[in-house]
Amino acid sequence: MTGEAWLQIGLLMLVVLLLAKPVGAFLARVYEFQPLFGLDKLFGPLERGIYRLCGIRMDDEQNWKQYAAACLVFNFLGFLAVYAIQRLQGSLPLNPAGMKALPPSLAFNTAASFITNTNWQNYAGESTMSYGTQMAALTVQNFLSAATGMAVLVALLRGLARKTTSGIGNFWVDVTRSVLYVLLPICVIFSLILVSQGVPQTLERYVHVKLVQPFEPAAATGAAARPGAVTSQTIAIGPVASQEAIKELGTNGGGFFNANSAHPFENPTGLSNFLEETAILLIPLAFCYTFGRMVGDTRQGWAIMAAMVILLLAFMIPCVITEQAGNPLLAKYANQRQTTLQPGGNMEGKEARFGPINSAIFVSTATGTSTGAVNSMLDSFTPLGGLFPLWLIQLSEVAPGGIGSGLYGMLMFVLVTVFIAGLMIGRTPEYLGKKIEAFEMKMASIAILVPPSLALLGAAVACVIAPGVAGIANPGAHGFTEILYAMTSQANNNGSAFAGLNGDTPFYNIVGGLIMLIARYWTIIPPLAIAGSLARKKIVPAGSGTLSTHTPLFVFVLLGIIVVVVALTFFPALALGPLAEQLQTFAGHF
Amino acid sequence: MSATDGSAHADESNSPGGRGQTKPPRCGGFLTMLRAALVLLTFCTVLTGIVYPLAITGIARVLFPWQAAGSLINRKGQPTLHRRSAIGSAQIGQYFNQPWYFWPRPSATSPVPYNAAASGGSNLGPTNPTLIAHIKQRVQALRNADIGNSAPIPVDLLTSSASGLDPDESVAAAYYQIPRIARLRRMSPRRLKKLIARYTSGPQFGLLGEKVVNVLELNLALDRAAPYPPAPGASFNHLRRATVR
Repeated sequence: MTGEAWLQIGLLMLVVLLLAKPVGAFLARVYEFQPLFGLDKLFGPLERGIYRLCGIRMDDEQNWKQYAAACLVFNFLGFLAVYAIQRLQGSLPLNPAGMKALPPSLAFNTAASFITNTNWQNYAGESTMSYGTQMAALTVQNFLSAATGMAVLVALLRGLARKTTSGIGNFWVDVTRSVLYVLLPICVIFSLILVSQGVPQTLERYVHVKLVQPFEPAAATGAAARPGAVTSQTIAIGPVASQEAIKELGTNGGGFFNANSAHPFENPTGLSNFLEETAILLIPLAFCYTFGRMVGDTRQGWAIMAAMVILLLAFMIPCVITEQAGNPLLAKYANQRQTTLQPGGNMEGKEARFGPINSAIFVSTATGTSTGAVNSMLDSFTPLGGLFPLWLIQLSEVAPGGIGSGLYGMLMFVLVTVFIAGLMIGRTPEYLGKKIEAFEMKMASIAILVPPSLALLGAAVACVIAPGVAGIANPGAHGFTEILYAMTSQANNNGSAFAGLNGDTPFYNIVGGLIMLIARYWTIIPPLAIAGSLARKKIVPAGSGTLSTHTPLFVFVLLGIIVVVVALTFFPALALGPLAEQLQTFAGHF
Repeated sequence: MSATDGSAHADESNSPGGRGQTKPPRCGGFLTMLRAALVLLTFCTVLTGIVYPLAITGIARVLFPWQAAGSLINRKGQPTLHRRSAIGSAQIGQYFNQPWYFWPRPSATSPVPYNAAASGGSNLGPTNPTLIAHIKQRVQALRNADIGNSAPIPVDLLTSSASGLDPDESVAAAYYQIPRIARLRRMSPRRLKKLIARYTSGPQFGLLGEKVVNVLELNLALDRAAPYPPAPGASFNHLRRATVR
C-alpha cells in the first residue's frame, strides 16, 4: 500500500475520531434534555407544538413494549406513505420528467428498503423517481429511518443507565429531537457544502444540450444501439444535494442517481468524497462517546469505539491493497502501475477522480456502516477487493454500523461476550452493574442470529430456483457472489449492491423486501426488550471479581466473539464465491 | 397492536426510584399512538421532505447559482446559467470518438455512451470474458487511430467508469493521446501538454482525490486553440510524427 493510501485513511480516521467526542457529547445533551447552545431556543417552540398536536408530553415515559409498538406503528405508516407516493407518482406534483407510477412489487421493495434504513435500490433514480417522490417519500424516510435507529439506541442506553424503573424514554420525543437537533441542522450545512462542490440543487427539468461531437451509436457500442447519429445529451439534475446530505449522514445510502456516489453530480470532488465518508462515520462513532457519557463511564464507550475502528481498518486496508494491485487479467493490455500521472490499479467501474484508493476507502466505510452508498462499482472490484466490503456487511454491521443500529448491534455482541467471559471465569455475568440473565441472552442471540440466517437462507433459495438464478449477470463464481451479496446486503440493512444482479423482478423485490423488514425489526425488538429488562434491574456495585469491560483484553475477546460468531458463519459461502474466483485469477483460467 | 399495548399496560407497574423518571407510562392506547404517529409523520414529511429541500434550493440558488443548476458551460468553456447557450456540464463527460479529439474513458451507459439520463457502470466482474473482450476492442481502436504508437496504454483509458459519465481521465491517459492529436491538429506536443496542464486539477488541497484532466473542457479548449481541420499551412511540425516523452 502506498503513502497516499495511508495518508487518506489516516486523515479520515483522525477527523472522525477528533469529532467523536464533541459530537457524542452533543448527542448526549440532546437525549438528556440539556441546553443545546441556542438550537433548542430556535426549535423549542416548534418541538413543543408537535408534542401538543401529538397529544404527548415531553416527559412522558414509555415502557419497552409501548416504545417498540410506537416504533412499529410509526414505521408502518411511513411504509404506507412511501408506497402510496410511488404508486401515485404520475399524478403528483414536482414531476417535470413525467415519471410514471412504479409497479407494485418494486414499490413494495423500495418502501421496505427505505423505512428499514437499508436503501437497497432495484430502480435507477434518474429514470424512475420524480423530484416529488425523491423529496417527500425517500428523503423523508432517510431522516426517519435514521431517527428510528437513533431512538432505539438511546432507549437501550437508558435501559443500561437507569435502575428499577420501567420507563426507557419516549419514542416520539426521541425521534423528534433526533430530526430537529441532530440530523436537520447538520444536513443544512452539509448540503450547502455539497452544492459548492458541484452537486445540483434545483427543481428545474433535465437539461438538454447539443453535443460538441455528434457520433454514430453503432460505432460506439457495437450493434444494439438505435440507428442515426446521436447529437444531444440529456443531463439529469434535480434536488440532489439535500438528499445526498442525509443519505450519508443517516447511513442510508440510497442514491438520487443510479450510479450513487460515483455519479459526478452526487460526489463531484475529492473534498465531497472525503466529507461524505466523514458524514457516514460521524454519528455511528460519536454514539460510542454518547454511550459512555450516558452510563457514566466514558471508558466503556472508548473501548467499544476501539473495537469498531479496529474491525473497520482490518477490512479497509486489505481492500485498498487489492484494488491498488489491479486486475492480473488486464496486465497484458493496460498499464496499471501507479505513477505521478495516473493512480493505476483496478479501474474498471471506478471514477478517475477517486482512483482505487479513495474508491476502496469509501466502499469500506459505507459497508462497515450500514450505508450502502458506493462511489465505485463493487461488481467490478477484484475478487478479494470485493470480498472485504461483503465481509464487513456480514459482521452484522457493527464496524461501526449504521446510525444507532451499529451500536445497539455491537452491544448485543458485548452482552454475549460478557456472558461467555463470565462463564470462563466462573462469575455471574454483569455489564455496567446489571446482571445478564437468560432473558437478555435469548434476546441478544435472536438479534445476532437473525441477519446471518436470513442472508444464508435467502442466498441458498435464490441459487436453486429459476427466478433467483435468472438475475445473475456474470458467469461462474462471480454470479454466486452477486446473489450472496444481494441477500447479505438486504439481511443486514446495508443496501449496497454487486450491481450486476438484476433485482427488479417479482422474486427479488418481494423476497428482498421481506428479508429487509424481518432483519430490521428483529434486530430492533430484542434490544428494546433488553432495555426494558435492564432498566428494571438494580445496579450492583463493582467488586474485585467484576469483569472490567473497558480493557484491551475485553476488546480483544469481543473481537474474537464477533469473528467466531458471524464472520466465520459466512466462510463456507465466501469460499464458493470471491475466494474461488480469486484462485481462478491466479490460475489464469475462468 | 392493541393487544400488545393492553398487555403492556397490565404488567408494567412502575416502580419509583430510578435516575429520575418516576411517572407512570402514559402514552397509552392505540388511538393515542396512531394520532402521534400520523402527526409526526405528516410534520416530518412537510419539514424534511418539502421545507428542507426547498430551503436548500433557495439558498443554493443565491450562494452557488452555477453549481446548483448543474455546472453548465458554453462553447467557450465558460460557466453559464443559460440552458440555451450550454454545450454541456463541467461535471458530466461527453463521448468523443473522432481521432482529432481527446477520447474520454469508456462509458457503459445504455443505449449510448455518456447517457447522462441513465448513469451506471458495466458491472462486469474482473474475470468475465466479456470484460477482457471489451478491453481488447478498446486497445485495438486506440492503436488503429494512432498507428505506430506502441506506448503502454493507461488503464483508465481502457476501463469503463463507475458512473459512465466520468468527466475526467488521468493525466497519463491524456498524455498517451498527444501524438495522435498533435499530428491531426498540427500542434506541438509541448503546446498540448500545456493545454492539458491548464485543465488538470487535483488532488484537492494537494490531498484529497486524484490528479485528473477534464476531457470536455480540454476538447473545447482544443477547438479554440487549433480548429480541426487545420487551416492549410497552419503549423510547423506536421510532417514528422509527433512524439512525446
